[in-house]
Amino acid sequence: MAEILVLVDHVDGTVRKPTLELLTLARRLGEPSAVYLGPGADTATDVLGTYGAQKVYVVDAPDVAEHLVTPAVDALTQIAASSGPAAVLLPSSLDGKEIAARLAVRLEAGLITDAVDITADEDGRPVTEQSVFAATYQVTAHVTEGVPVITVKPNATAPEPAPATPVVEKVDVTFDPAATATRVLSRTPRVGGDRPELTEADIVVSGGRGVNGAENFAVIERLADALGAAVGASRAAVDAGWYPHSHQVGQTGTQVSPQLYIAAGISGAIQHRAGMQTSKTIVAVNKDADAPIFELADYGVVGDLFKVLPQLAEEIDRRRG
Amino acid sequence: MKIVVCVKHVPDATADRTFTEDGTTDRDAVDSVLSELDEYAVEQALRITESGVDAEVTYLTVGPDDAKDALRKALAMGGDRAIHVSDDDIQGSDALGTSLVLAKAIERHGFDLVVCGMASTDGSMGVVPAMLAERLGVPAVTHLDELAISIEDGSVTGRREGESATVRVQGTLPAVVSVTDRSGDARYPSFKGIMAAKKKPVETLDLADLDIEPEWTGRSAARSAVDTAAKRPPRAKGEIVADEGAGGVGLAAFLTAKKFA
Repeated sequence: MAEILVLVDHVDGTVRKPTLELLTLARRLGEPSAVYLGPGADTATDVLGTYGAQKVYVVDAPDVAEHLVTPAVDALTQIAASSGPAAVLLPSSLDGKEIAARLAVRLEAGLITDAVDITADEDGRPVTEQSVFAATYQVTAHVTEGVPVITVKPNATAPEPAPATPVVEKVDVTFDPAATATRVLSRTPRVGGDRPELTEADIVVSGGRGVNGAENFAVIERLADALGAAVGASRAAVDAGWYPHSHQVGQTGTQVSPQLYIAAGISGAIQHRAGMQTSKTIVAVNKDADAPIFELADYGVVGDLFKVLPQLAEEIDRRRG
Repeated sequence: MKIVVCVKHVPDATADRTFTEDGTTDRDAVDSVLSELDEYAVEQALRITESGVDAEVTYLTVGPDDAKDALRKALAMGGDRAIHVSDDDIQGSDALGTSLVLAKAIERHGFDLVVCGMASTDGSMGVVPAMLAERLGVPAVTHLDELAISIEDGSVTGRREGESATVRVQGTLPAVVSVTDRSGDARYPSFKGIMAAKKKPVETLDLADLDIEPEWTGRSAARSAVDTAAKRPPRAKGEIVADEGAGGVGLAAFLTAKKFA
């Protein structure tokens, strides 16, 4: 069966959920082989195997932490040359997309980014689905030349276990000279707190201009905690300095596709819609009955978010007893 | 130093964009503009020249005739000259083909720094800066919220907000950088700037000028193809209620029915 390379996204050995989604998608196309960069592969191998990795390529060298992007490109280029994969899947993160871009140039292969689904055609080749033009169009596409290099957005599929015992293969990679690399001077991990990550959350509660102040975001957080949700913010709220940019949902922020998206005090400008309109269920709370966000909403409340949200949070707590 | 800013003329993102029958972006259906996200790249290049670095700013675009409008808009903001690569054989290029044309034009012109926006507002892949760096054999210092050039060290340093960490990154010049919409508000062209832009030189090149064989670019060279493009069905009309005191409770009932709470 064809080998499918999956680049593992991890934080010090803890594999992030989008990687499990990639392994799940890879099984539709062939046998997944995980490519793991950096230390901590021993702890990661179990979970990679649980989600169907038949093989784990491990590249552990100082270059991986010292430089951005290019060590992964060097590793994938070398592994692809020796293993002849039928596709390479990467997460649609900043780094993932850049790695994919450089890899496609090196392999002279076609590149598809931001896939929201992958299926196999009758010959087993990947067919991708993407949301484009601020998610107003659904596009299916395929790579016509070379090894398909595909980046996949978080939440493209639900991770499904398919236990395997992976063969672990250590790989010595010849890295490009440092002069063409980007040095990492410092790395400050973001303190995530107890809430789920925005891209991975099943439920997202977002606040916009209507929240009207940094301190008022407590109302959004209160509801998010009642639902076990991540907190998002519109560009207007972020630009006003009310909530950190890492929570911005939209075209130039994070694009999310949760099961449930609650937009509070958000009018629904195109910039914001582009980041959330593929959500399965959308709820809007806004004072302005004419706000375009209501066009997307499965359920909308025209009203004051400072009344509706606390009442909702209390009612959820009550129903849960 | 020589700064090249890559800009793209794109269908207005606030209009109803669509596809042609062959699965490429329909560029005639709506008005086109300088991609909003490229304005931040123009702004950062101009700020470098204003910070005392002796630099010439050249804008580069690839596209049909009217792509010149994007160059004029950029020139009206500031900068010195522009290069317009236009050739019928480029039409339908994927990011790989486009990055090849851009890289050849940048090499021909010479460069110390290439500045790009974080992504175009139409294709929005955000991969061209990395592809350019790969083709030019230089570092890519990308997605910067903030950047600084050091002529003494011959380096560019910046701050990048990744998914899980804030990373300070540095590359040796020459380099390719890309900047985000948080790098600093782009200036509006002044009347004087608009008038001055009309006199600034715009050089037009075709594929032959860049020693690019026609079969290396365009739709036939694209390594991916769109099979279907369908407008997303409008979302089913939802239930909109006015809050008359129990809006939160009603919403809770909806969420419970959907098994979210």
